[in-house]
Amino acid sequence: MDGLRVRDLRVVFDGFAAVDGVDLDVPPGDLRFLIGPNGAGKTTLVDAVTGLVKATGSVRFGGTELLGRPVHRIARMGIGRTFQTATVFEELTVLQNLDIAAGAGRGPLTMLRRRSATPPIVERTLATVGLVAQRDQLAGTLAHGQKQWLEIGMLLVQDVRLLLLDEPVAGMSHDERDATGELLDAVSRDRTVVVIEHDMDFLRRYARTVTVLHAGKVLSEGTVAQVQADPRVQEVYLGHAVAGEG
Amino acid sequence: MSRSGMSARFWGGFGLGAVLLFGVAPVALSDFRLSLLARYLCLAMVAVGIGLAWGRGGLLTLGQGVFFGLGGYAMAMHLKLADAGPGNLPDFMQLYGQLDALPWWWRPFANPVFALAATVLLPMLVAFLLGSLVFRRRVRGAYFAILSQALAAAMAILLIGQQGTTGGTNGLTDFQGFFGYDLDDPVNQRMVYFIVAGALLALLALARQLYRSRYGELLVAVRDAEERVRFLGYNPANVKLVAYVVAAGMAGLAGALFVPAVGIINPSLIGIVPSIEFIIGVAIGGRATLLGPVLGTVALAWAKTGLSERFPDEWTYLQGLLFILVVAFLPGGLASAVRVLRERLARREAGSRPGPGSAPAAAPPPEPAMAAPGEGST
Repeated sequence: MDGLRVRDLRVVFDGFAAVDGVDLDVPPGDLRFLIGPNGAGKTTLVDAVTGLVKATGSVRFGGTELLGRPVHRIARMGIGRTFQTATVFEELTVLQNLDIAAGAGRGPLTMLRRRSATPPIVERTLATVGLVAQRDQLAGTLAHGQKQWLEIGMLLVQDVRLLLLDEPVAGMSHDERDATGELLDAVSRDRTVVVIEHDMDFLRRYARTVTVLHAGKVLSEGTVAQVQADPRVQEVYLGHAVAGEG
Repeated sequence: MSRSGMSARFWGGFGLGAVLLFGVAPVALSDFRLSLLARYLCLAMVAVGIGLAWGRGGLLTLGQGVFFGLGGYAMAMHLKLADAGPGNLPDFMQLYGQLDALPWWWRPFANPVFALAATVLLPMLVAFLLGSLVFRRRVRGAYFAILSQALAAAMAILLIGQQGTTGGTNGLTDFQGFFGYDLDDPVNQRMVYFIVAGALLALLALARQLYRSRYGELLVAVRDAEERVRFLGYNPANVKLVAYVVAAGMAGLAGALFVPAVGIINPSLIGIVPSIEFIIGVAIGGRATLLGPVLGTVALAWAKTGLSERFPDEWTYLQGLLFILVVAFLPGGLASAVRVLRERLARREAGSRPGPGSAPAAAPPPEPAMAAPGEGST
């Protein structure tokens, strides 16, 4: 298992530093929550790690430098992400979605043939994310929560070792949140997981460690209790606290 | 529908198509109409490729005339050289009298194997070079369409400008023989028709295999969410490139067969207008389906011949109107008409008879525990 090591990461858009010198260490097997007010740079940080935006500094996963590589190369190194709005292939079935996610290493001959059997990892993942009954359903017809799970499932079959999840429980019902939390807990047993989340209740229940970002910088880091006791965090979140509890 | 059911339906349709093209059409149609049909089927071969690249891959290929033209000119050059005989200049070059010797780039086309291979491989090579540049730079959507369109215009202008070596506006025409067979003989014209029909069926079978393969699924995924595919570790540029190159090869083959079937290739058959007409036919038929592009193109070409004989001025407007109507009311093309109609009926039935269990055709009920679509706070 590998960990993520970020040093002096900077992302600048038109003179505005969205991420302004972030150092971040996520040890192997951690379930790290990234929190912070809107515009703190959480999503931009994930964008930089996955190659979507240009950044300076250093991002290493398992000792390999990620910055400067194209998105699909970084993905092939075992780094996967989800988006705030679930992005699945709506005109394809759940099974096809997962099969594509599992297939980045396939050769041309396999690609040009039909899928004769479902890969075992796809079968296992269908069960893990609870979509066995929906396997032949078009992904576009899934409920919101199911789409989020399908996205997580796609990361699992992709066999990523680092999962970066952008608000995975946004818009989910209470039961769905619990199910997702349990899923992340199980997933992080042999993978490293980073979750961007606004939901404080969800965070208290499932976070192992927390990093608070504010204005592109790391404000505080530690366990949930440590971060909550940090006066600087309280200051930044004053006024956000009520909304965050919802 | 089950796998075997779908397979049976396809092979049933395939067999029916073969019977119509090989059995019914040659008997029912006059030689003149049959040669028109051969022309339409050539256009339909281009449409199969557009269905793949545009319908499945989302690449609005507004310049397929380029590849059609490359294939057509490659074939026409060979036929011209074969007609002239070894050592002689083709008739039009002698007529224009600008050249003493055959230009170097004409020479290899005297070889039938080279010329035949070039009809398909040359368009594929051009598509590969162009696609590699364009897709890696993430040129998409309207920009890609405009670029393709500009290429079609450029190629037509280039051909017109080089009258001495390409025949200019007149193009290449007046072919006597086709690999040793006299093209004036109706029997041989019929043979050309059979070759065209066979090639179209072969391309359809190839397209179907691609649609059903894992590659076909990936292509749809790239069309609908290119960035997501990138994050799964694929390079979408390569996925699109394959569809683009295959579509170019299909257009090239179509152009090559168009030459003996119709007897001419010239810039007005490959420029902007024909390139757009390809797209219109595919859109009207249904771009994402296998047969839609073929039926749409054949129907449009048929209507064009029939109506423009009687109303030459009004046809362009009618064609435009048809295109607008389909885009506005049937974005999936005529191939989706049955499905859309069925859904409408089901909805109306469900609306007029309220109460549980009144909508047998409606979607299956969602799982109770998970039926909570949220608003997604951002």
